[in-house]
Amino acid sequence: MYGIKRHIRYDSDRDNNFSDEIMAVPGCENLDHCIQCGTCSGTCPLSIYMDLTPRKVINLTRAGFKDDVLSCHTIWLCSSCYACVCQCPREIGITDIMYALKQRAMREGKYPKGMPTPVLARVFYNTVSNRGRISEIRLVISFLGRAHWQRLIGMWKIGLNLMSSKRFSLKAERMDRPGELQSVLSVINSPNGGVRK
Amino acid sequence: MKYSYFPGCSLKGTGKAYEKSFLAVCKALNIEINELDNWNCCGATAYMSVDEMKALGLSARNLALAEARGLDLVAPCAACYGILIHTWDDMEKYPQRGDQVKAGLDKAGLKYTGKVKVRHPLDVLCNDVGLDKIKEKVKRPLTGLKLASYYGCRILRPIATFDNPENPRSMDDLMEAIGGTPVEYPLKTKCCSASHTGTLPEVGQQMSGILIREMEKRGADIIVTGCPLCQFNLEVFQEPIRKRFPEIRPIPVVSFTQLIAYAFGLGENECCFKNHTVPVQKVIDEKVKPVAAGAR
Amino acid sequence: MENKEEIRIGFYVCHCGTNIASVIDVASVAEYVSTLPNVVLAKDYKYMCSEPGQDLIIADIKEHRLNRIVVSACSPLLHEPTFRGAARRAGLNPFYVQMVNIREHGSWVHEDRAKATEKAKALARGAIGRVALHKPLEKRRVSVNPDVMVVGAGIAGIQAALTLAKAGKRVYLIEREPTIGGHMAQFDKTFPTLDCAACILTPKMSDVRSHPNITLLTMSEVEKIEGFVGNYKVTVKKNPRYVDEELCVGCLDCIDQCVFKQGKFADHFNLGLSKRKPVYIPFPQATPKLVVIDPKACLQLMTGKCKQSCVDACDRGAIRFDQKPEHIQIEVGSVIIATGYKTFDPRRMPQYGYGQYENVFTSLEVERMVTASGPTGGHIALRNGEKPKSIGLIYCVGSRDNRYNKWCSRVCCMTALKLGHLVKEHTGAEVFNFYIDMRAAGKGYEEFYHKMLEEGIHFIRGKVAEITDWAMTPEEEGHLVVRVEDTLAGVVRRIPIDMVVLVLGLEPQEDSREVQRMFNISCSTEGFFLEKHPKLAPVSTNTDGIFLAGCCQGPKDIPDTVAQAGAAAAECLALIDKGYVEMEPMTSFVVEEECSGCKTCINLCPYNAITRDDVKGVAVINEALCKGCGVCVSACPSGSIKQNLFEDDEIFREIQEVLAYV
Repeated sequence: MYGIKRHIRYDSDRDNNFSDEIMAVPGCENLDHCIQCGTCSGTCPLSIYMDLTPRKVINLTRAGFKDDVLSCHTIWLCSSCYACVCQCPREIGITDIMYALKQRAMREGKYPKGMPTPVLARVFYNTVSNRGRISEIRLVISFLGRAHWQRLIGMWKIGLNLMSSKRFSLKAERMDRPGELQSVLSVINSPNGGVRK
Repeated sequence: MKYSYFPGCSLKGTGKAYEKSFLAVCKALNIEINELDNWNCCGATAYMSVDEMKALGLSARNLALAEARGLDLVAPCAACYGILIHTWDDMEKYPQRGDQVKAGLDKAGLKYTGKVKVRHPLDVLCNDVGLDKIKEKVKRPLTGLKLASYYGCRILRPIATFDNPENPRSMDDLMEAIGGTPVEYPLKTKCCSASHTGTLPEVGQQMSGILIREMEKRGADIIVTGCPLCQFNLEVFQEPIRKRFPEIRPIPVVSFTQLIAYAFGLGENECCFKNHTVPVQKVIDEKVKPVAAGAR
Repeated sequence: MENKEEIRIGFYVCHCGTNIASVIDVASVAEYVSTLPNVVLAKDYKYMCSEPGQDLIIADIKEHRLNRIVVSACSPLLHEPTFRGAARRAGLNPFYVQMVNIREHGSWVHEDRAKATEKAKALARGAIGRVALHKPLEKRRVSVNPDVMVVGAGIAGIQAALTLAKAGKRVYLIEREPTIGGHMAQFDKTFPTLDCAACILTPKMSDVRSHPNITLLTMSEVEKIEGFVGNYKVTVKKNPRYVDEELCVGCLDCIDQCVFKQGKFADHFNLGLSKRKPVYIPFPQATPKLVVIDPKACLQLMTGKCKQSCVDACDRGAIRFDQKPEHIQIEVGSVIIATGYKTFDPRRMPQYGYGQYENVFTSLEVERMVTASGPTGGHIALRNGEKPKSIGLIYCVGSRDNRYNKWCSRVCCMTALKLGHLVKEHTGAEVFNFYIDMRAAGKGYEEFYHKMLEEGIHFIRGKVAEITDWAMTPEEEGHLVVRVEDTLAGVVRRIPIDMVVLVLGLEPQEDSREVQRMFNISCSTEGFFLEKHPKLAPVSTNTDGIFLAGCCQGPKDIPDTVAQAGAAAAECLALIDKGYVEMEPMTSFVVEEECSGCKTCINLCPYNAITRDDVKGVAVINEALCKGCGVCVSACPSGSIKQNLFEDDEIFREIQEVLAYV
């Protein structure tokens, strides 16, 4: 109706355990130290693209509004530049919190529709699990092919550029003995992560 | 001086100019440096988004491989460097995680005590080798060439071990040592957007564009980087970036080791200027003032 | 050393309502104790500390000729003075009273009724054994010197000194700078009334100068202090002014005639915004109104070769290049420390660009600029002399930050509001305030904030992460740019600013740790001087006779500083009017015949109470300084140091008796 939307949050919308679960991830313990000063959003170069600024994400996580937090763009826009961590007056591990939220979102299969970053993460993860290394060009082709093949076609000029500067390689990089990595990783398990099967 | 070398996936792919020039510079300075055997990807941002503990395991394995050799580990790629250091720090700060990871490493017969030091080539060249030694080896000083040193976000954050994270000087000092003129600008450690230039171009190319524009505004002839992804973003995407920032002129972007290799008088095999879409040699020829024979 | 007289002990065990009785069977404790030797009577009672309870003791002492009392009840910290007082009123030496703690050490920490009762019986037996060996002790009285020393002559020191002087006491007011007035003298106006700071301060400054009871020592610092409450001996070092204080009248002719035609040295009072000559007066209303010569700048003092036109100019012959530091000995009974604060050094935060971008100023610098008698004559200008069109005030610089100072500096929000108003008045510029929270808790403060809201000043709730000078839009070219999240509007903003003002937090003075050590007081972890109790004793310290006033104890505004100064003066007056201090007698003493003069004890005493009498070759303990900690007693290799009320036989007897029960 004329673009009017109803916004209200009932207390039953909150997940009382969410905040503690995130704070239990090492690096995220200081989440409840936040005084909401906004320094993180002020310094984050990507905050102007986010639907929820980093400060809002901390606030909503602390309050327990899990659905809002796991479905926002913010966590996938974060490039882990750590500018916020270095400026935060309460020394909160904001980037670590973003990672914890990313892992949680991947596990629950929740992210904004069509957002390429989670798809990239999954492809990356699978490649490393199998081969132990990634090959940049192959990675881009395989993930864009999945998420956004029109863009892939649109990047033909860049492809040509790379070819002419002899940086275009479709060789699949791999470890000599990927088994050595797989055996290490097989016994290491995250309570908070892992791709949803 | 002996070190172990962790290339990372980028240096074997699009960043091979960085690898070649870095190894050549090491050779010229009599630094013995050997690639780790059977190393694995550091995980970058993407892997850590999926599984925290396994990401820790990835990097810890590389650190354990290096520990077996007993030498400092040099990681030229800033992202790999940042992640290895962060892993090392995490293992110290959270012993319960560390124990889980060590159990995994144990399975492959690897030991981790955390005594390996992770270094960046900037650190090694400025602090271990020293600027004076670098100056001695310069045969082709880049006099008159204005260089914007771009550090990016992971070399000095969140843990800065060898330079000031607010006002870094190591790369600028190195460029000065090889005869160049450092360009001062306030965006030296502002993120280039990492993988967003490809995945979210409206965001990533805008961020990288702002950097290029400001560096050019302050008079830079060449942009110098310490990370293969920064180098890739600032160079390869220049054309689509120019659609948003029409005032940007093509500007070459190289890794700092390539310029050092050139200043040392090494050849194209080592400097790898042909591995660039924006021509490098042309700008050097135009801007470098020839120095009288015998003078430095 | 046993008393020949018969020991007659009265034992009382308190129910403390149900606090003790609910866990411990007090009746059976009393019954048990009545079987012990020397016990004349053993009673239990509901509330021993009450009037009837105390009266019970008094009546029993008189009726049964008791000469020792043991009370089994709560912690002696609470009621030892109560029961000792009761004994004294009954004519019995108060130190014949021993308490046993069966509440904090018994009923409040144990649940097993049987075991707790057994413990109570064992402890009671120990006390019964011990008290038989007690000796009669007397509290010593030491007289109090009525003179007071106030260290620091900012508004806190000035107020304290005036209050004491008005009460007829002699005050030594010690100030390190050439003038009194402190930071308040640097302010233009004070919030929330916007009173002119100099107008309200200078009358007090001149009162100090003219009051016959105040001895003002400027250019002076305390070098050494010895003694104890009521009896301090202080050595004050008075640094040379190179001007005779009796002769100089402050005509300032010497400054005019100085061989330096213009000021060349950074003016410390004006924070380097102006330059002064080697001979100078800090500011026009400096008190005392005397010039001072900077020995690091003056040609004559540095090289010995100068025309000395200042000497010619002075028709009173007041210039004295041969002045040397003076050491002045004074004796006082109490000390008020009012050494003030320093501001946070913004160079520790390179992200704000202070020292890097020329138009980033500090709040104190702007305070000086806006003052009519200041370095710019009241003009707010950028470094190139132009008027700023936009001014940004960044709050909480150095405060509320784990990386620098964790605390809130309390006064900066109001300072920033005041400065914002003043600079807007002076320049008509657009003023932006970047704050995290608006702290306006004092009287009239919230109303002041409302007034500022109505003046068209911008308020953006968001902490600024960094100041940069790169532009995104044409309007930003050539300006400093603030990028901040406007948290209330919910959007990230970029604002071009001509002049950035960093509102600095308050910190302890640079030398606060040295001062702390010299006066034997404590500092909190932040470095401010530590009060005895944060709520109930904010001006006292753990060292009797040393009091605190003003920001040296913690950041506060001027009304609170003045109130605290008055409180400190009142504490001094309470001490002085009583005329004496009573020293607790459980001090240590040296049995001279047994002391070998080995000096082991001397350095161990945390209160510097032990010295060596080189004539006799033995250690001497100053009873007035001794706090009875017992370190020397345990350290003495020959066992020649003993402690009143804690002599070896008393302690061993108690242990013996407790073990005998068990």
